[in-house]
Parts: sequence; structure tokens; C-alpha cells
Amino acid sequence: MSWETIFGQLGWDSLVFTGAIKHPSASEFVAFGAGSIVVLGAVAVVVLLTAMRWWGPLWRDWLTSVDHKKIGIMYIVIALVMFLRALIEAGVMRSQQLAAYDSAGYLSADHFGQLFTTHGTIMIFFVAMPFITGLMNYVMPLQIGARDVSFPLLNAISLMLTAAGAGLIMVSLVVGEFSTGGWSGYPPFTGIEFSPGEGVDYWIWSVTLASIGSTLTGLNFAVTLYKKRCPGMDMFRMPLFCWTTLCTSILMIFAMAPLTVATIMLALDRYLGFHFFTNGDGGNMMNFANLFWLFGHPEVYILLLPALGVWSEVVSTFVGKRIYGYTSLVYATMCIAVLSFGVWLHHFFTMGQSANVNAIFGIATMIIGIPTGVKVYDWILTMYRGRIRITTPMLFHINFLLTFVLGGMTGILLANPTVDFQVHNSLFLIAHFHNMIIPGVLFGMFAAVQYWFPKAFGFRLHEGWGKAAFWSLAPGFLLAFFPLYWLGMNGAPRRTVMWSDPAFYPWLALAMLGAVLLLVGTVFLLVQIGVSIRQRRQLAVPLGDPWDGRSLEWSIPSPPPAWNFAVVPQVGGRDAFTEAKKNGLAYRSPAAYSDIEMPCNSMVAPLIGIFTFTLAFALVWHIWWLAVLSFIVVWGVVIARSFVSQTHEIIPASRVEAENEAFLAAARATPGVTRDLEMSPENRGKAAPDRLEQAGQKRPDDVLESAI
Amino acid sequence: MNAPQPLHPGVNLDVTDRKSHEKASEVIFGFWIFLMSDLVLFAALFATYAAMSTQGIAQGPAPSEVFDLGSAFIETLLLLLSSFTFGFAILAMKYSTSRLRLLAWLGVTAVLGAAFVAFELHDYYVMIVNNDAWPQTSGFLSAYYLLTGTHAVHVSAGILWMIVLAVQVMTLGTNPLVKLRLLRLALFWHMLDIVWVGIFTFVYLFGVAA
Repeated sequence: MSWETIFGQLGWDSLVFTGAIKHPSASEFVAFGAGSIVVLGAVAVVVLLTAMRWWGPLWRDWLTSVDHKKIGIMYIVIALVMFLRALIEAGVMRSQQLAAYDSAGYLSADHFGQLFTTHGTIMIFFVAMPFITGLMNYVMPLQIGARDVSFPLLNAISLMLTAAGAGLIMVSLVVGEFSTGGWSGYPPFTGIEFSPGEGVDYWIWSVTLASIGSTLTGLNFAVTLYKKRCPGMDMFRMPLFCWTTLCTSILMIFAMAPLTVATIMLALDRYLGFHFFTNGDGGNMMNFANLFWLFGHPEVYILLLPALGVWSEVVSTFVGKRIYGYTSLVYATMCIAVLSFGVWLHHFFTMGQSANVNAIFGIATMIIGIPTGVKVYDWILTMYRGRIRITTPMLFHINFLLTFVLGGMTGILLANPTVDFQVHNSLFLIAHFHNMIIPGVLFGMFAAVQYWFPKAFGFRLHEGWGKAAFWSLAPGFLLAFFPLYWLGMNGAPRRTVMWSDPAFYPWLALAMLGAVLLLVGTVFLLVQIGVSIRQRRQLAVPLGDPWDGRSLEWSIPSPPPAWNFAVVPQVGGRDAFTEAKKNGLAYRSPAAYSDIEMPCNSMVAPLIGIFTFTLAFALVWHIWWLAVLSFIVVWGVVIARSFVSQTHEIIPASRVEAENEAFLAAARATPGVTRDLEMSPENRGKAAPDRLEQAGQKRPDDVLESAI
Repeated sequence: MNAPQPLHPGVNLDVTDRKSHEKASEVIFGFWIFLMSDLVLFAALFATYAAMSTQGIAQGPAPSEVFDLGSAFIETLLLLLSSFTFGFAILAMKYSTSRLRLLAWLGVTAVLGAAFVAFELHDYYVMIVNNDAWPQTSGFLSAYYLLTGTHAVHVSAGILWMIVLAVQVMTLGTNPLVKLRLLRLALFWHMLDIVWVGIFTFVYLFGVAA
């Protein structure tokens, strides 16, 4: 058997390390370093797991788990790991641009191309997507009073598909090169003629895996929200985070398929010589742009909507008022979701369609500003006459309101095709979408972690380090991206590896400073987690309600038991837990307990993850036997699973009762903590009633709403 | 005994098997959503074909030169008939205590489906031999083979699924899990019919008429 039969196009030269030895240069050394970090990181993880004897617990408690809470945490871990990589890549690109004033800098053009491609691909598909998916996984079932999602095993499979895609993109640092075609991968540049190597194939298969995973996630969450709400939880009683999760799920169901179609067509062009997007022979690359952005624009809202849901939860909790304009927020979310399908063409105004077509899509784009504006006013009005506690999530929220509106303004500018013709493909665009995604989505996720971390782990995060992180991240963002608006207006194109205009230099230097601050802020976040773990006794909030929360997830212990709710709750209105606390119904023992049926762990999902990874890797390197074998194994696992009839286990009522009664007794015995002391060690996770309520006065929101 | 409310569109198990019926609502709804997502995929393929079949012909043959309406008509009849027989299989599952009847109807459906796929492969063969119409020939043919090929892959997956479920009927019996799987396979199968009606109309009839 020949080498090609067994290893496909893999060779010793594919290893990133050989490049640095054969053609030493700064660029190759950077690649060498990056590859080494991946290898050393993997070795370190293996050593740690072996030394601590964690392989068993990792497999039993995490990888084979179908618990939505654990799956959510694993998604967020993937997001954080990938975030570190893509953030460092951003720093490397910034430093290259600073070094490349009137010189070549230290990276080759090809290496720079790979950097901006992986940065974008990772940040969208393997940071933002797993972050929001993880958060929705963790929080949404708790908020609707469900014990799990509708299809727990499918949920685990979605996670493992995403993990396989993330693994593939990490492997590309060590074996071979990545695409240089940008995160949107436009052909014909990414066709076989202009990008003959394995790079684009890495992009295709990692994105395809993530895309299929997200489709299944959307399906799962939508069904959960429609079918698994607890008694009394009407649609219009759901917390707003659930509404945004629902809209995001619907977007995922409809928007991921066009991406899958586009990547599969590109793969057919590259592997089998089809002519979907080629130059000549009837290929049509405009069709790729259409299919990609038919996914790509809803994708923007897939990312943003859950973050908007987070902001609604955060603001009403830390203002101590019910959210202002609940119904309008629901309709605004729905409007955004629907409109997001009608604007994809604004990503390529300059590609030659008629002015009328551009005008229609430009107007549709501007209209999205209206429901978004409604939301901003609702959040501001929620704060009006509230007692605002300036906690870390709240700082992020206020920062979001200010900067997001600015980003929205530049979006309205870009929505005008005549303006877009001037600044398209420039750094102005880069500044705009980072301005939406960083303060909106990324900081939204950071705020969500600060807010729900105590729910997931039973202790709060250290507030001082959180604030330190905020005060690095928020100015860091402004410094890193506002100069890019100016640069873009002065004609600086995006994705540029070298410069010669001296006027750009100071702005690039400012942007570099911003990138450093963003890195520092991220380090502070990691330090915060470390410090909080060390001080977990002082920070412990086992009673589950550290912030005087309003929705059902705060009514159960922290961390919650596997079955979430000892007895499925019954709700009678919005802000169910606040109502229960007000009426003295919180922490009451239920009349009776019954057995709970929970899904068993399953090795199906990790097996599918492993073999879809080998399938994708084999396709990248043309190792056909491995591709065929992996494909058969993946489907073999699915079929074998369908013959397993014992898929659930019963948790006896006695055990549920013992655990829950112990929690309730502790909660009843513990005096509540006031809002003023919520950051002190006195906070054990039980909130004292509001002082105004104790005095029998009207709450501020009642005053406001009766006035209107 | 009064019949319970139907929980989902299509055949409900209700009166004959209340236990399975109560579990049906969530999984059947989930499967409808899956079908919706799958239809979006087909919609993207149809849209691509619509553009490519007029603008992507290049130096290759035009649709009217390569399509054989007679063969496409036979395929249509085979697939529609197979949906009809699947309907009988589901009725047998609901009302009959005999597994044999269910298995027989499933077998007929699978054979009809396999015949459909065989005819389609034969179409491809004829197109390639007579017109040199490979998927690599032009954008139009790339889109044609991907659209009809994706459908054929779906049908083949459906047949494989049918075989797996037939084995489960024989080994596990018609327990609630297997019944609900059969209901979902039926939905999948009927959806493929609808997609095929679209293909027959937009690809074959329009292609030959143009």
C-alpha cells in the first residue's frame, strides 16, 4: 500500500514545525509557537487528567452526560478556550499592522490571511455560538420550570459536533494551513483554482460541523420552549431571556441550512470539479454570497438576541423592578427575528445588482433600528426610578447602552448604499460590527457569566476583579475600535498586511493599546475565576438566590440538583419567584413528592463527536478509507443506540424529598440578606424582602406604571 | 370510549394505544421542525437550480435536451405509490395486531422506494452516456445532480431507516418507541413526496417546456 492510500495528502511537511526548520523566518516562528502551544496545551491537559485521576470523572460526569446544565457549561468552556486563541490572534494582527508601517512587518501575507480567517471563523462559530448556546442550555430550561430540554441526547450530540469543529480548527494550527479566504470564504478565491491547499477544506468542514450542531440545537430549544413549559407558564409569562432564546432557535432552524448548502456546494466544486461557484462553465459566485449571507445576517441576530435577553434579566434584577414594557420587548424581539431574513443583501451592495434592489434592502436594514430602539428605551425606562445597584453585570449593561447605540448609528449609515459604496471593505465596517458584537454579544455573555455563575457553581464571582475586568475591557474596546472608524473613513482597507500612509500610524497605535487592554481585561476575568474558586467559602450562596432574582431558576439550590425542580412548579404570572417571595409562598414544602424519570448518561454523543472529527479530518487530507470508516461508524452508533431500550433511570421520591427538604429547611432558617450587603460574605443566597415592601409602601414600578 | 383530541397532524394513535399517544406530541412536533429545516435546505437547492438552469448552461446541454419525461413520470408514480403503501403500513400499525401486515406494507414501500432510486440512477446513466452530461459539465448540471441527488440520498436514507425499523418491529415488537419512530419515518417519507412533486414540476416539466 502506498503512503497516499494510508495517509492521503498528509506528509511530514504538513506539520507546522517543519516549515520553521526548513525556511526559518519570523512568520514561521510565530506559526511554530502557535503550534507548540496547541501541542503543549494538549499534553498538559492529558498529564493533568492522568495525575489527578480525572479521566473517569471527566467521562462519567461530563462527556457522557446529557444534563442540559453540564452541556451548557461545556459549551461555555469551549467558547472560553477558543476565545483566548482568537483574541491572541487579534493581538498578533494588531502588532503586525503596527510593525508593518512602510515595511513588511514580521508576518507573511499568507500567514496574516490565515490569521484574519481563523480569527473571524473562531469568534463567530466557536466563541459567540457556543457561548450563547451554552447559556441558553443552562438557563432556559430552569426559567421555564423544566427538568431538561426535549431531546437531551440530541443536545449532547450538538455539543459534540461543535466540539469536533473546534477541534478541527485547533488541529489546523499544527497540521497544515488554514484558509486565507476570510470567515465568509468567498469563491472563486476559495475555489480549487486559487486555493489549492487544504486550508479552505479545514474551513469548510469545521464550519459545516458547527452549522449542523446549531441546526439541531435550534430544533431542540424551540421544541423545549413550546412543549416543556411548567403549568401556568404561558408564552407571555416567560422571562424575556426565554423569548430571545425562542427567536434565536427559530432563526437557527431556518438560517443554518443555507450555510450548510453553501459549504457543501463549495466542497463539491473543490473535491469533484462541480461548477457552482467557478469562473466559467456556468458557475455563479454571486450565488455563494447570497446563500452565505442568507445565513450570515440572521446569524448576527442569532448571536445578538440571547444577549439582549441577558440584558433584560440583568437590568430588572439589579434595578429591583419588573422589566418595563415586557410586551413591547417581546414584539420587538419577534420583529427583529423576522426582519433579519430580509436584509442579507446589504452585505454586498457593491456586487452589481440594481440601485432599486439596493434601496429596498437598505430601507429594510434601517427598519431594524426601530425595534432595537424600542428595546433600548425599555431598558432605560426600567432603570427610571429604580434603585440601581452598580454591580459588574450592570456596569456592562450601562456600557452596552451607550456604545451599542453608537454602533447602531454607524449601522444606519452603512445601510445607506451610497455611503456603503464609500466605506465598504474598509476598517469602518470592521469598527461597526465589532462595535455591535463586543459590547452587545461578548460583554453580554460576560455579564451573564457574572450573573448566573453563582447559580451554576454555588458561589459568587469576586466582585472586585469583575469590576477591574470591566474597567479594562470597556475602555479597551473603545480604544481598539473607535480609531478604526476614523481609519476606515480615511480609506484604510480591511485585511491589509502592510501600510505606507503615515497618517494611519497614531490611530493604529491607539488600536494596539486597546487590544492590550482587552487582553488585560480577559486576564482579569481569568484571575477572577481563580480567586473566586479560592475564596469559594466566603462567596458561597448555596441557597440559590444571591441577587433577589425574579424568575424560577433562583428558587432552587445552587448548584441545582440534576432534576432541577423537586416538584414541577406551578406559576401564576410573570416574575414567578418574585411573586412567590412577595406572597410568602417561597421555600414552602410541596404537598407530596413523586419519583422522577431522568435520562441516563450515554456514550453516543462523544462517539459521534470523535468520529465526525476523524471524518472531517480525513476529508481535509483526502484519507478516503478513514472518511468512509468514520461515516459508517457515526451512523452505526446512531442505529445501535436505537436498539437500546433502557434509556431512563428513576430517581426515587424519597431521595428527592430528603435533598429538597434539607435545602428548604436551610433556606427557612437563614435570615435574608439586604441588597446593600449582597456583595458581602453575609450573602448565603437568600434575599431579604425589599425595605419598601416591608414598610407597606408601593414599589417604584407600581408608581410609574399607574402614572402612565 | 370517547376519542381524545388529536395531538398532532396526521395519524394519531389515540384510541388504539393511549400510552404511545401521550408520548407522541413532543417527538412528532420536534420532527415537524426538523422537516421544516430540511425543507429550507431543499429550498436553497431549488433556488440555486432556478438560477443555474437558465444562466449556468454554458457550453453544456440545455435542460430540454437531457430530460426524459417518461422516466420521470414513472419515478413520480413509484414514489407516490410508495407513500400510499406507507399509509397502509401506518394503518396496519394502528389497527392491526398482526406484525406481519405492517411488515408486508413496509416491505412493499421499501421496494417501491428502491425502484425509484434505481430509475433515477438509470436516468443519470442515460444522461451521461447519451449527452455526456456529467455534473462537472456545467453549472446547470451541477445544480441538477445536487438537487435530485440530495433527494435520492434522502430516499435511500429512508429505505435504510425502514429496514432498521422493520428489524426493530421483529425484535422489539411494536412498543411505543418503535411506533413513534414509524410515525416519524412516515412524515419523512411523505415530505420526500412533496419535494419530488416540486422537482418533477420545476425541473422536469418546466425544463422540457422551456
